[in-house]
Amino acid sequence: MTTDTTVSWTTPSAVEVAMTRTFDAPQKLVFEAFTKPEHVVHWMLGPEGWTMPVCEIDLRPGGRWHMVWQRADGSEMAMTGEYREVTPWSKTVQTESWGPEWPSTVNTTRFIADGDRTTVVQTMEFPSRADRDRALETGMKDGAETSYERLAAYLTSTG
Amino acid sequence: MADDPLSTTFAALADPTRRAILARLADGAATVKELSEPFAMSGPAVSKHLRVLERAGLITRGRDAQWRPCALDATPLREVSEWADGFRRFWDDSYRRLDGYLERMKEQDDDD
Repeated sequence: MTTDTTVSWTTPSAVEVAMTRTFDAPQKLVFEAFTKPEHVVHWMLGPEGWTMPVCEIDLRPGGRWHMVWQRADGSEMAMTGEYREVTPWSKTVQTESWGPEWPSTVNTTRFIADGDRTTVVQTMEFPSRADRDRALETGMKDGAETSYERLAAYLTSTG
Repeated sequence: MADDPLSTTFAALADPTRRAILARLADGAATVKELSEPFAMSGPAVSKHLRVLERAGLITRGRDAQWRPCALDATPLREVSEWADGFRRFWDDSYRRLDGYLERMKEQDDDD
């Protein structure tokens, strides 16, 4: 049977966005792909043209994570945060922010085993609707294509 | 912040009645009376929602003083959709790349 790899998007509440996607790989492997820097740098890159020269993940409650994306023209974006909960193979909860002046989102990633497949549910929770809108607004003001990419990175929900 | 178009659009879209009004207007222009009927709301209550939608640029009102039919203007919705597209594209592209990467991880697992 072919795995359905459609991404489904839901808004569980006024301050949350969730996306669900199934992968044709066992739970432990998918968990490691999301949480080990040596794997993350190979795929969490968004559209073509970006690399991730910095990826630091201290995978334990209270541990920090930091990622920097870079494009050939030298433009960069960075995200940082802290792990709140780490349950091997099944769940991580982490904060995420563009920097001190930005509101942190709380991102929960669930890895649900289904035989040799794994369904990943990523939920981003904003502190308030106003913060969510402010995040969108500032991303929009720059107008250029890069702002969408920065915004996408701002909303990048796991490390 | 109230001046920001995207925030104004989100605020206008936050109400289920207003979303239902927009869905109705997607089928074609309508008068306040026509819009009031399915919602079991008074004309003034619907007019209040229409003013919010008009301020957000989501609808236009006709000039006819008596009927002032409302029509949908999808321009602000396009902005919301562009934002969502950027976000979607980031994860769609990343997930697709992860599919291939997981295959390589599986092969390495088998080699161990």
